[in-house]
Amino acid sequence: MIRSIYLGLALFALSTATIAQTPGAYYPDVKPGRAFVFPKDHGAHPDFRTEWWYVTGAVKSNKGKELGFQITFFRTRPRVDAQNPSKFAPQQVLFAHAAVSDPAVGKLLHDQRAARSGFGIAEAKIGDADVRIKDWRFVRLADGRFAAKIKAQGFTLDLVFTPKQPPILQGEGGYSRKGSDPRSASYYYSLPQLATTGTITRGTSTERITGRSWLDREWSSRYLGGTAVGWDWTGLNFDDGSALMAFRIRGKDSNTLWAGGTFRRANGTTVTLKPNDVRFTPMRTWRSKRTGAKYPVAQTLTITLSEGQKRLTLTPMFADQELDARSSGLPVYWEGLVRTQGGRGYLELTGYAAPLAM
Amino acid sequence: MPANPSRALQWLIAGEWRQHPGRIVLAVIAIAVGVALGFAVHLINGSALTAFGQAVSTVNGAADLQIKASSNLGFDEELYGRVIAVDGVADASPVVSLKAVSANGESFTLLGLDIIRAAVVTPSLIGAPASGIGGNRDEIFAGNALFLSKAALIAAKLSVGGTVTINANGRAQTMVVRGLLPGIAEGRRVGVTDIAAAQWLFGRLGKIDRIDLKLEPDIQARYVRERIGPMIPAGAVVGDENDDARQSDALSRAYRVNLTMLALVALFTGTFLVYSTQTLSVTRRLQSFALLRTLGLQRGGIIALVTIEGGLAGLIGAIAGLALGFGLAAAAINILAGDLGSGIFGDAPPALMFAPIAAAGFFALGVAAAVGGSLIPALQGARAAPAVALKNAGDSVDPRDRLRGGLPLALLTAGVGTAFLPAIGRLPLFGYVSVALLLAAGIIAMPWLARTLLSPLVRLQGRNVPTDLAIQHLYGTPSAAATALCGIVASTALMIAMAVMVTSFRGAVDDWLSEILSGDLYVRSEPGWGGFDAAAQKRLAAVPGVETILFNRQVPIVLDPSEPAMTLIVRPVGKGDAALKLIGKEVGPMSGAVAVWLSEPATRILGRQAGDMIRLPIGGNARFIVAGVWRDYSRQQGAVVIDSKDYDRLTGDRSRDDASVMLRPDADIGDVQRAIRGAAPEALQTRLTMAEPVTLRTFALSIFDRSFAITYLLEAIAIIVGLAGVATTASAQASARKREFGMLRHIGVGRGQIIAMLGVEGALLGAIGGLVGVTLGVGISQVLIHVINPQSFNWTMTTQLPLMLMLLVVIALIAASALTAMLAGRRAVSMDAVRAVRADW
Repeated sequence: MIRSIYLGLALFALSTATIAQTPGAYYPDVKPGRAFVFPKDHGAHPDFRTEWWYVTGAVKSNKGKELGFQITFFRTRPRVDAQNPSKFAPQQVLFAHAAVSDPAVGKLLHDQRAARSGFGIAEAKIGDADVRIKDWRFVRLADGRFAAKIKAQGFTLDLVFTPKQPPILQGEGGYSRKGSDPRSASYYYSLPQLATTGTITRGTSTERITGRSWLDREWSSRYLGGTAVGWDWTGLNFDDGSALMAFRIRGKDSNTLWAGGTFRRANGTTVTLKPNDVRFTPMRTWRSKRTGAKYPVAQTLTITLSEGQKRLTLTPMFADQELDARSSGLPVYWEGLVRTQGGRGYLELTGYAAPLAM
Repeated sequence: MPANPSRALQWLIAGEWRQHPGRIVLAVIAIAVGVALGFAVHLINGSALTAFGQAVSTVNGAADLQIKASSNLGFDEELYGRVIAVDGVADASPVVSLKAVSANGESFTLLGLDIIRAAVVTPSLIGAPASGIGGNRDEIFAGNALFLSKAALIAAKLSVGGTVTINANGRAQTMVVRGLLPGIAEGRRVGVTDIAAAQWLFGRLGKIDRIDLKLEPDIQARYVRERIGPMIPAGAVVGDENDDARQSDALSRAYRVNLTMLALVALFTGTFLVYSTQTLSVTRRLQSFALLRTLGLQRGGIIALVTIEGGLAGLIGAIAGLALGFGLAAAAINILAGDLGSGIFGDAPPALMFAPIAAAGFFALGVAAAVGGSLIPALQGARAAPAVALKNAGDSVDPRDRLRGGLPLALLTAGVGTAFLPAIGRLPLFGYVSVALLLAAGIIAMPWLARTLLSPLVRLQGRNVPTDLAIQHLYGTPSAAATALCGIVASTALMIAMAVMVTSFRGAVDDWLSEILSGDLYVRSEPGWGGFDAAAQKRLAAVPGVETILFNRQVPIVLDPSEPAMTLIVRPVGKGDAALKLIGKEVGPMSGAVAVWLSEPATRILGRQAGDMIRLPIGGNARFIVAGVWRDYSRQQGAVVIDSKDYDRLTGDRSRDDASVMLRPDADIGDVQRAIRGAAPEALQTRLTMAEPVTLRTFALSIFDRSFAITYLLEAIAIIVGLAGVATTASAQASARKREFGMLRHIGVGRGQIIAMLGVEGALLGAIGGLVGVTLGVGISQVLIHVINPQSFNWTMTTQLPLMLMLLVVIALIAASALTAMLAGRRAVSMDAVRAVRADW
């Protein structure tokens, strides 16, 4: 076990090297003013250090059950000698994990995959969304819909996502700052309100599901800077068609170092939230018996809009939605299905088990 | 009169043991030696096998199934991408495996891994970064990061964070020790680096040596094997842990089984010693038994008495034997290492482990041997009619009876017939049955043989009184003679058989060595340093004083994953110095097929002869024909010779490890050695071993002697036990014949004459025992040479008799038994003649 933990931390840290250890121009910097082109930007940006395709969804099964799921593909570019002609040279390393939130189960069902690119085993295509690790795949179909096929231990997801709205470019036109240092940033866009259909199979029982999902796309060469240890993030799809993304970057004492977000109204107009416009207030914490980490699983999110403050209560469907993906090279974090006034979404809490060296 | 028969039995046993402790001690020793040897061999081998298995599974990381390269040339990496997608395969981990040498010359296995795949398939091979949790981890994939097991770290005198030059596959590369391998078993030297780095740094681009597979939870390995079977190229094989176990078992099986069988033969000899001891003691106590019988003891009581006596001796012997065996094993492991000096298991000294089941088994065998040896005398003692026995303690065979050789003849026939049966599971079990039958035939034939051998002497009477008396006595009591002789015959036969076999073997190896060591100088490069490339070969050939230089390379190849690797020997094959010394005829070249030459063991292992086609894991779809068979005593697992030109063409691998040099007549060998060293690649210059044929020959023979060390020990013990048997038998018989001596004194035979008579008797017994033993031994040696050796070691040889040793054994036996008989007689005749006769009431 210890070994897999070592490996996990090692690989995760590798995907998120600190600024001090990223000298020179090995990785390109994230700068404001980039023009986004779709579907090209759905594809991989292999020069950057880290990139992810992050789908979270709140769905209902044909048996009337409320379920949540999360499908994530990470791409990372380790610092290796570019001269190495070996086909095994880890030019790109891909990780993926998938989780199902079922209040009836009371904890996450989850599984993961990891591989270096090559040999037809793992690949993140350039030009359009198509990421694959062994038998897991997230792809954009010819008709513009996205599809995910995940054959995991304990469950199988076979889902199709239909975009109903154009992408939201987060931050300043897709340039999303994560701290006071302007180089600490990511390129970031989201596809909220994805109409979702498909099946989830657990054991021998297959349930048809329908609901709404959220796709987050982010790539960066340096994410967390300075004293940051983690973040709280949420992506919420509201029943009226509006959508909200909000995050805060936390320091050591859970102080907020940076914050931001975007609210897109039902009419399609977007409001970019400045650091001062977003406030996360913990309401209830839950302590993981596995890792000892204490997560603020219920929070009040206050955002400042032109018409005034909007208070949203984020209530987890159940407390234990901790995901321990250390064995596949990702950290321990909390990624849970939450309810809020007039909507549903996911809350993500990182850096509570151990600081992320991002 | 005792109150109950069992009390009487106790007294009898205790009394007998008090009176004749030496005899019982000897029986105990015989049993102990047999048990000790068998148990020691078992323990040593068990420990060595465990250590070896551990070494194999350490490096393998306990994968469910493996695809392994058949040779160190590896196979195409593309197979990995296909295999991982096969139904039933949960995950697959590609591995580059190299023999690496650290800067200080210590070797270890360097594995190039994809850490992500290995984490799932073989987690024990994953390294722990030294810097602990947190921080940057580019080092996991960094091209120069090396993770070492503790043993490798210590051997290479390194510490974490240190920089070291690693040599593997002929390349020297600087690497940084980034951490340890906490999952590697104690004592195993393993290093792990990234697979891409390993391929690039050590010239293995495009090739991998292994794919470790993890199967889906409820998938049968067979299911997956069937699916990946068609994908496997000629250069790879599929295997699992069982194959590894079978392989390490196969490595030492023949050696181990042979030693165990020898131990059982020692135990068998022990049985005969118990038999002869007990027979004598029964004969001497027939009167006591008769008395007990008349007092109401049943026959069963007598049988019980003698059997319990033997059983007790067996019990003590077996316990002592187990202790002795454990000690012997511990000593042998320390001195000779786990392979009993056979060099099979390499240099890792195994930890000795006690084996309770084996201990119980050998204990039972020891007791059974003693009880078995006592049973016949017990039955004899019980059968004797009390009335006759009370008056007489003589030979139960009437001197006038004709002895028949029916049973021994039947045993002999069976023994010879059994020798022709094939091996079972590559073990010469029938060969050993044959040895046992021959031994039994010889011993049961003893009375008949003794009388037959003596009959010419009986007809030539009239020289002097003691000689005539001695001959007549032996002729008249062949069973007593046989009893005296069975132990010595068995041990002599065993010893001579072993000696003939070892002599023949050593002779054959010696002849073979002078045949193969035809060069004037041999140059060998240390493995892992890359050997001689084409340019170096050219430079070496141009060294002044070198007439011709032949380069060769030895590549381990796996033809069957459950068999130990064979050796593919790449060398020029042609005329003159390049000629192979063949057994039998050579088959002419065949178009479209590459000629290869099999060593004798390889022909037996593969079941192929000259003219047959074989498959080899090189050259893709090339076809190979066995052009001839050559003699080889150095590679028990088999070897295949291929001509350099064919190998170069098929593999493109032009590097060579060794060379044999013919010098010009005027060349100075010292100058040539220096020049060769100077012309070698720089990395190799300090890593060349050069030797002249004499040195190599001495070295080879010393290895041979080392591996037969245990058999020499066994021979020595057999002789000592045999001679001790003669001594006690002589003294027992002498004291049993006190009345006879008294009678002889009465009729005017002098003391000196009686002692002379005993001396002649002893000498005759020794001569008969020696002759029969040596003859039997030579017979048994033929089974060892022509049945057991080919079946278990896969090689043949011609018989060479150690005539001097045989002569010495016979003389030693004659002298020893004459001397001990006279010494024993001196004591027996010292008694007053009148009293001696009076004893015959």
